[in-house]
Amino acid sequence: MTTRGWLAVAVAGALASGCAATAAERDTASASDAGSDTSESAKTPYPSTYTPYPSVDTAITGVTIFDGEGGRIDNGVLFMSDGKVRAIGGTETEIPAGAMQIDGTGKYVTPGIIDIHSHLGDYPTPSVAAHNDGNEATSPVTPQVWAEHSVWPQDPGFSRAMANGGITSLQILPGSANLFGGRAVTLKNIPARTVQAMKFPGAPYGMKMACGENPKRVYGNRNRLPSTRMGNLALNRQTWIDAQDYQKKMRSGKPPKRNLAKETLVGVLEGEILVHNHCYRADELKQIIDMSKEFGYKVSAFHHAVESYKIADILAEEGICSAIWADWWGFKMEAYDAIPENAALLHQAGACTVIHSDDENQIQRLNQEAAKAMADGRAMGVEISDATAISWITYNPAKAMGIADQTGSLKPGKMADVVLWNGNPLSVYSRPEKVWIDGALLFDSADPSRRPVSDFELGQPGEGDVK
Amino acid sequence: MKHLVTILAASVSLLASGASAETLAITGGTVVVGDGSAPMEGATVILRDDKVVAAGRNITIPANARRIDATGKWVTPGIFAGFSRVGLIEVGAVSQTNDANASGSVFSAALDVQYAVNPFASPISVSRAAGVTRAVVSPSTSSNIFGGFGAIIDLGQDSRPITRARAFQFVELGETGHRRAGGSRTAAHILFRAMLNEARNHASNPARFDSDLMKASDARALLPVLNGSTRLLVHVESANDILKVLDLRKDFPALKLVLVGASEGWRVAEEIAAARVPVLASALNDLPAQFEQLAATQSNIGRMKRAGVQVAIGMINDRDAHQLRYSMQYAGNLVALNKVPRASGLSWDEAFAAISSGPAEIMGMGARLGSLRAGRQGDVVIWTGDPLELTTQVDKVFIDGVEQSLSNRQERLRERYRNPAPGALPKAYDR
Repeated sequence: MTTRGWLAVAVAGALASGCAATAAERDTASASDAGSDTSESAKTPYPSTYTPYPSVDTAITGVTIFDGEGGRIDNGVLFMSDGKVRAIGGTETEIPAGAMQIDGTGKYVTPGIIDIHSHLGDYPTPSVAAHNDGNEATSPVTPQVWAEHSVWPQDPGFSRAMANGGITSLQILPGSANLFGGRAVTLKNIPARTVQAMKFPGAPYGMKMACGENPKRVYGNRNRLPSTRMGNLALNRQTWIDAQDYQKKMRSGKPPKRNLAKETLVGVLEGEILVHNHCYRADELKQIIDMSKEFGYKVSAFHHAVESYKIADILAEEGICSAIWADWWGFKMEAYDAIPENAALLHQAGACTVIHSDDENQIQRLNQEAAKAMADGRAMGVEISDATAISWITYNPAKAMGIADQTGSLKPGKMADVVLWNGNPLSVYSRPEKVWIDGALLFDSADPSRRPVSDFELGQPGEGDVK
Repeated sequence: MKHLVTILAASVSLLASGASAETLAITGGTVVVGDGSAPMEGATVILRDDKVVAAGRNITIPANARRIDATGKWVTPGIFAGFSRVGLIEVGAVSQTNDANASGSVFSAALDVQYAVNPFASPISVSRAAGVTRAVVSPSTSSNIFGGFGAIIDLGQDSRPITRARAFQFVELGETGHRRAGGSRTAAHILFRAMLNEARNHASNPARFDSDLMKASDARALLPVLNGSTRLLVHVESANDILKVLDLRKDFPALKLVLVGASEGWRVAEEIAAARVPVLASALNDLPAQFEQLAATQSNIGRMKRAGVQVAIGMINDRDAHQLRYSMQYAGNLVALNKVPRASGLSWDEAFAAISSGPAEIMGMGARLGSLRAGRQGDVVIWTGDPLELTTQVDKVFIDGVEQSLSNRQERLRERYRNPAPGALPKAYDR
């Protein structure tokens, strides 16, 4: 059962952010201001400490490959070495001597699956009140909070997503109680002691925004702005106006006192931080598009976007992705017009389509969600190849998250984030057999010692079970 | 006894009458009877009026039969949703359309979903178009551990959805029961016992019934639970809570228990099997969503089955009002486990039975519903392929022998926006 992004926004857990004290009085270095403190730790605090685990040169042969960008190779070969994809092709593909060979006959290879919308870690299981760290629902405008400061690396959901869903990268977002929810963080799905050791090196930050029912309900119930959709837009616009003002001051000779919230907003205005906007209704999507033009930023992806199909032509023209469920509907008023052909109609219009989960269970079956969306499209006469459906959960989310140059497809030189499936991943009967992250084998269904078990589950009933 | 007779009379089924008196022969398809037997290729299903007459190979087709060629397709009983809230909720977060519970009511066990199930609700038509033809519909709880009477319904397009009213009583005895009872499992169990004892007191002398614990209506509602004439569906998840529920029969030997949820059922599967208590289990729970589900695994159903537990799939609290179309996907996932080392799944035949005859039998309706054995109600689905596979579509649906419309809001919206840009007139004229 999910009550995360779309409904449960009530509990306000105060987010302690005292760690930033040493930097609090320091002036911000703008991108163009080389004279200020531009040390790495000041520009990118809480830096990624992720380094790939050891890998073995590995070739998978005789396998059906979906490359993530819509390509398919039957009886293919994938070779990875030093954590990178080195070669992909047919039987002619050269395999260096000494490489470990895996017979992939009857099996399938895809890039590691990417979930663009997850709350693993900031709404972890068990879903007890003490774990409600996804919504700083004390103010409708909180661009100053960072999801990574809420992420609990011991959430058992990370390992399920890897073992059952082949998830290798994912974006953790703040919830949707607020208009400006805060910064999202992109992680490698790697078990770790700290979130820093999971952070995807070099991935741009995201910023979560939300329109529609959630913000106006949460704050309207407290008799404060916003209580209406027009209130949502008014507060959004004033916030951008103030951010532009801050940006102007930053660019002047005399930078203002650091303001965490404004730093994130300016990061958006300068194109360094990608906007991920939770929004359901077609009419509201268009309002948000116009707002982004008013203030000169770009929405990278609309999330949930159950009515994208009504304006698929506009979304194609604007070049904005829709990150959607295959078939969720009816749980609230703004989800009433959702249809299972949403993805197919977007694809038909040439708009960017991403299938997301927003759910600790469906993240384990994103491949199946893509399959359903593909099948419903085919049933209405839209032509969608298997390989295209796979791109909805690999390359397209990577693109919308700004990491497509590093992962999301099986191109030589990219990270060896790879899933070997025991059958067609678009069949209900298939599961991940092996999962590599940067070439390191981190899940092997045949080997219980290659199955991560979080601290939380250690010593509990069911520890290390197949799950 | 008078009340018991009244209740029995009230629960006599209202199976929809077959509107079309005809004989129908569905020929050439791969036929799944739904009772756990293997699919039969090139088989025939004969329906007469509202009933299945025969299903199998080498069946003589009556001369007057209307024929439907199902060559290359699959023919199965309609999907039977083992636990749901379908028809009680139109839009989840719009309270006026949500009849799943009654937080402001003074009643509990006496609440009865038969008055709320809306056959014209969108989730009914959407689920019907996906192949779901019958469902267990349960209330949820709000101010008491007891939620009230649930029903068995059909998802037909007619105006009479109730197959069996008052088919069961629903109670929470896990973490939700703890909360409903006042903040402890001790409170939930004493409340359970006290309310059943009050039901007994009421039965022995209704005129002098005076309880500060419950209304007379609730006491009357619990009498058939106490004497075992009505099933009691108990939502529990943890191994320990399950054992405590099985123990209830030491004090109340007639209880006809059915466990719902039971994510940790596999840990006490032998005890459940020995107690002969059936289970409507969540199929794919595998996270410690709460502390009561620490040992949840997708192998739960398979392991219980291997231990001899009578088990089928239910979807409690898992989009159980809107997404009964997940039933086939969930069953398919249990088949997928057979290829996962150390996992325990279901065979294809068992998995399909877990969403057809399995729930029907657990609810005591197996002789009339859930399979294509002769004499069952004519609930039939024709599919474009393997019904558990994600890419398969529904071709035709029959309920009580009547072919059903597969149209619904979602299909209408899809057609309106097949080409999103308006034409000569605005979209509002496009219908």
